[in-house]
Amino acid sequence: MSAIARLPKTLPSRTYLSRTFSSSLPRKSDALFVHRDTSYNNPKIPFEFSEENLKRATEIISHYPPQYKKAAVIPLLDLGQRQNKGWTSISVMNRVAKLLEMPPMRVYEVATFYTMFNREPIGEHFVQVCTTTPCMLRGSTDILHTVCQHLGGIKPGETTKDRKFTVVEVECQGACSNAPMIVVGDDFYEDLTRETTAKILDAFAKGEKPKPGPQSGRHTSENSAGLTALTSKPYGPGQFCSPEFQ
Amino acid sequence: MLKPTTSTSRISRHLLPRSTRSMATVADPPVRRYGGLKDQDRIFTNAYCRHDFGLKGALSRGDWHKTKEIILKGDSWIIQTIKDSGLRGRGGAGFPSGLKWSFMNKPGWEKDPRPRYLVVNADEGEPGTCKDREILRGDPHKLVEGCLVAGRAMNASAAYIYIRGEFIQEAHHLEQSINEAYKAGLIGKNACGSGYNFDVYLHRGAGAYICGEETALIESLEGKQGKPRLKPPFPADVGLFGCPTTVANVETVAVAPTICRRGGAWFSSFGRERNQGTKLFCISGHVNNPCVVEEEMSIPLNDLIEKHCGGVIGGWDNLLGIIPGGSSVPVLPKHICEEVLMDFDSLKDAQSGLGTGAVIVMDKSTDMVAAIARFSHFYKHESCGQCTPCREGTTWMMKMMDRMVEGRAHRREIDMLLELTKQVEGRTICALGDAAAWPIQGLMRHFRPEVEKRIDEFRAKHGAVGFGGQLASEVDDNLAVPDDLGLRLPAIEASQQQQPRI
Repeated sequence: MSAIARLPKTLPSRTYLSRTFSSSLPRKSDALFVHRDTSYNNPKIPFEFSEENLKRATEIISHYPPQYKKAAVIPLLDLGQRQNKGWTSISVMNRVAKLLEMPPMRVYEVATFYTMFNREPIGEHFVQVCTTTPCMLRGSTDILHTVCQHLGGIKPGETTKDRKFTVVEVECQGACSNAPMIVVGDDFYEDLTRETTAKILDAFAKGEKPKPGPQSGRHTSENSAGLTALTSKPYGPGQFCSPEFQ
Repeated sequence: MLKPTTSTSRISRHLLPRSTRSMATVADPPVRRYGGLKDQDRIFTNAYCRHDFGLKGALSRGDWHKTKEIILKGDSWIIQTIKDSGLRGRGGAGFPSGLKWSFMNKPGWEKDPRPRYLVVNADEGEPGTCKDREILRGDPHKLVEGCLVAGRAMNASAAYIYIRGEFIQEAHHLEQSINEAYKAGLIGKNACGSGYNFDVYLHRGAGAYICGEETALIESLEGKQGKPRLKPPFPADVGLFGCPTTVANVETVAVAPTICRRGGAWFSSFGRERNQGTKLFCISGHVNNPCVVEEEMSIPLNDLIEKHCGGVIGGWDNLLGIIPGGSSVPVLPKHICEEVLMDFDSLKDAQSGLGTGAVIVMDKSTDMVAAIARFSHFYKHESCGQCTPCREGTTWMMKMMDRMVEGRAHRREIDMLLELTKQVEGRTICALGDAAAWPIQGLMRHFRPEVEKRIDEFRAKHGAVGFGGQLASEVDDNLAVPDDLGLRLPAIEASQQQQPRI
């Protein structure tokens, strides 16, 4: 017994000591999946939900069975992100974990999985340019280029120096018949051209809010050359129904 | 010596059918043309948001009309009506909805004390698809009413609507409608005065395409990472919060009340056998006027584009290919596009699929290889990383496709890429692996000469290319280079092989 217990000591310890730290170049993917404490993002920075948001949070939690409070983690992280200037700091995640009585790691897992949680600070206006194929066919590469050039030659993923705009490239936003499109904050700006894109960015830079939706003059996703469907007045209650539901 | 050719020709001549045909007795049935749906048969009458989407407007358009009577008819009546209507799931797989809903009512379900849920999949993220968005912002009451009707059919106690996080305006519209419906007593306790209790909740996602898969959606609703679950157990047995659950697409649920009111026979009078009904089609890409439109199922693809979208940019002859059902289905070349009908079976026969009815049109100015390579980027980004074939395969396919765009590959690598797609396909928990593989298979099936041309051009310019994109000119022969990189292979070698059928 004792001989076995002593065995590790007999191993040449030099082999361990002589090994140096192996290091590799830090490769940045589109988002870092680990948290590193920084001056602006560490657990010591306090975060507390505002009264109004706390009330909203209680209401959201009530939507789920009491033993499954953690189902509210995504809506609450979103709430926290909105209160925290558009990004989810480690403190926000910890606060949500406390509120939902779940291990913080479970919250980190969720926050890293979903793309809408920004784990780094963003500018005042968050510009997301869709570049997936349907938008690409209608010239989204050009739009992305225009946005980047117009904001002083930044690259996708970067924030302007005045911290007013952050530009990212995103996957399909579900407005393909209105391609190409960008999202600024919460609003979709569709049917873009180079000129209208620049106009929208200028308006935001001046502190205005341009009208969301298609910029080409059409209302939503109808045929822009004139309606081909739904031209007549919509039918009313009971019309065309089977006799018992008329 | 007997020449084999003469003998075979003698036999074949003998077997030739006689050229004179006697009286034909079978008359061809009259050809029915599909398409040309009238406004009175359109279900989503506010798809373009030209009217009030709120309760007042919805009531004037016939929503919530005699819903109480539908609820009082009971579960088996609703399910039978849906079965009669021939409605197939509108989320992409096309599973018969009536059958799916009936799985919730197994014999003895009443003894199960667990709550039962209907989950509505409004996580619309398939590139090319934007149909649910029009329902959510224009006709949200149709969806809320649909939740009640479908919920009654499967005896559910509550519905969760999982809407994608990016749809903020749409979520507002839907939330407003839910609140209005609660206030008017249409849902909640004693819904519509029928004595049935039913709650509807809205849940916003946070940007993950994979959450559109039914079990991933359930996981995400439970507050976890959206990673698909293994089936069985199927959600109808163990689903959301461990309770019986059915996940259905927005469009499927939203058409249910109208079908119940107008009858299954009305709905099944549209479209071909087994593909009945009306459907929202969203057309994007190179057409003159992209739009979302509700049309009859089985409308010829050509008609759909000419009639509602002002045709392909530069005319039909300028067409290169069409993806008929969203990013996950294979592309079709022009000659097939001319004859396919927009329904599940016709597109399946053309080795593609109806998917979500998202038509992506590409004209001759399109770099087809780059367009498909962009899809590979999409799938690489959206793979959840749970199954190895998909996680590694999507990255690998993306890298190979990127090289194909440039032509920096050996011809043999086309078959290697195809083999890779076959290795990913069907070896993952959910269908995202398949969805990533199919566009590439479709590209190689119909546009292989284009890919080969690029490879040849690149080779002519830069010399031999090995597997993995290494140029032979850059290889230092003084080093020990593995000899299986294909650096010494002749260029034409692959094309002389018989091409495998895919």
